[in-house]
Amino acid sequence: MFEALHDAKLVWLYGGVLFLLIVSTLIGRILKGRYRAGPSRTTIDNLNARIRAWWKMCAIFAVAIMIGRVGSLILFAIISFLAMREYMTLVPTRRGDHRTLFWSFFVIMPLQYYLIAIRWYGFFAIMIPVFAFVFVPTSIAIAGDTEHFLERAAKIQFGIMICAYCLSHAPALLLLRIPGFEGHDARLLLYLVIVDQMSDVLQYVWGKLLGKHKIAWRVSPNKTWEGFVGGVLSATALGTALWWATPFTPLQSAGMSFTICILGFAGGLVMSAIKRDIGVKDFGVVIEGHGGILDRIDSLCFAAPIFFHLVRYYFVP
Amino acid sequence: MNSNSIHPIASLLAAVARGISGVQVQWAGCVPDERQRIYFANHSSHLDFVVLWSALPSEIRAKTRPIAAKDYWEKTRLRRYLVENVFHAVLLERGAMSKTKNAEEAHFMGRHLLDEMAAALGTENSLILFPEGTRGTGEKIGPFRSGLYHLALRRPDVELVPAYLENLNRILPKGEFFPVPMLSLLTFGKPLPVEPNEEKDAFLERAREAVSSLRRIGPA
Repeated sequence: MFEALHDAKLVWLYGGVLFLLIVSTLIGRILKGRYRAGPSRTTIDNLNARIRAWWKMCAIFAVAIMIGRVGSLILFAIISFLAMREYMTLVPTRRGDHRTLFWSFFVIMPLQYYLIAIRWYGFFAIMIPVFAFVFVPTSIAIAGDTEHFLERAAKIQFGIMICAYCLSHAPALLLLRIPGFEGHDARLLLYLVIVDQMSDVLQYVWGKLLGKHKIAWRVSPNKTWEGFVGGVLSATALGTALWWATPFTPLQSAGMSFTICILGFAGGLVMSAIKRDIGVKDFGVVIEGHGGILDRIDSLCFAAPIFFHLVRYYFVP
Repeated sequence: MNSNSIHPIASLLAAVARGISGVQVQWAGCVPDERQRIYFANHSSHLDFVVLWSALPSEIRAKTRPIAAKDYWEKTRLRRYLVENVFHAVLLERGAMSKTKNAEEAHFMGRHLLDEMAAALGTENSLILFPEGTRGTGEKIGPFRSGLYHLALRRPDVELVPAYLENLNRILPKGEFFPVPMLSLLTFGKPLPVEPNEEKDAFLERAREAVSSLRRIGPA
């Protein structure tokens, strides 16, 4: 426990995050003082609310990583649980899905994280795409309600894939044994989360500053080409600059962070499309005040599994 | 035991129910108050009472008792322990009035039930009541039983507060033992007094309307 604090580079990463938080808090304060009223005020209040949420999230994340592998696993398991709870609340399931949902929440998802804990990669990689894939429709069929059967089975399976399977690849980085990088895998997880979340933030910032041309206004009115290009480029630059914390060379780090940014964008776009389909603005409509957990991690859901496999393919012998 | 203290198991169950249901409470038509009230809500899950009860501030919670059906809750020893010792429920004979054909006897039975509820209210307690009398599927609110009306006439000083519990039927539907975690909503509405000379059926329909108008998401 707390060996993370002996990893100087990890501490530097923390320091960087802390610095960013302080700077953004100051900027938020200054903007608040400058615009006391008017339409930009809502944007600024929203920005300050986001910054406050970031402080909390970073603190929780820092503590989890400090506790070590188990801490990160528990944290991500909780995030998976909360995300899946939001997803299943909004997806129209029927009475006949009850037991399938029970299994998804209390057996399939915990098992996925348990497999990471015991480092059983082979089963971790196929448990949900293969075993759960067979289990879910069977269990719904046994319940006997055939109305919208295919839709229900597909929606539940998709939820498990996104919230449990995809997301679990982020803490699964901790089970990779990269030669010359042993014991530092927490840095890799932090790298993924920093680049991914900064890409979200920077796309938002660039979009607010310069955004004009909408990418897919039907899906997400806030996503603009200016925000996308600016956000991806600046977050890639940031990721490249963090190469010293990873097993990558600067060029590799540029490629990795670029991939993370693009996939993060894809994840956000797909989740927006799902929200449009269901007819909600945020997955957290039920939780007033802020968007849901799923809105925070949608980009990570797509970036984590691909990043995991890239690292595993190229850096684990 | 003092009936106005909260049993530790009750607090534990309330915490678990809140955790599983992630309930978001909104006081839309009134604020939490220590005055005597009858909270009446739609009924679709065993979690309904615990969630509603846990949403009240603890000093109010200690003085708020549920009305429960005797035939169901006295069936096993665990159930009886839960309603009697843990939640201090008021157990009533369900459908006692309709079971008898004799009008005079029915009248007498109804009176007796009313006496029990009024006694449970006493001078400082509040009640939680599910006027549908039984758990529904969660899609539609069933017709209300008349107890609410008669109780309101007997105790005009007690506020009738409608509440709507949303999504709990998906968390723990009738007939299932294990709950599934989903988010839910609880909305308290505006207190609903009986109008002067209001007929029973008109009031009950108005009360049902008051509950269903608090629905925030709408049917799934």
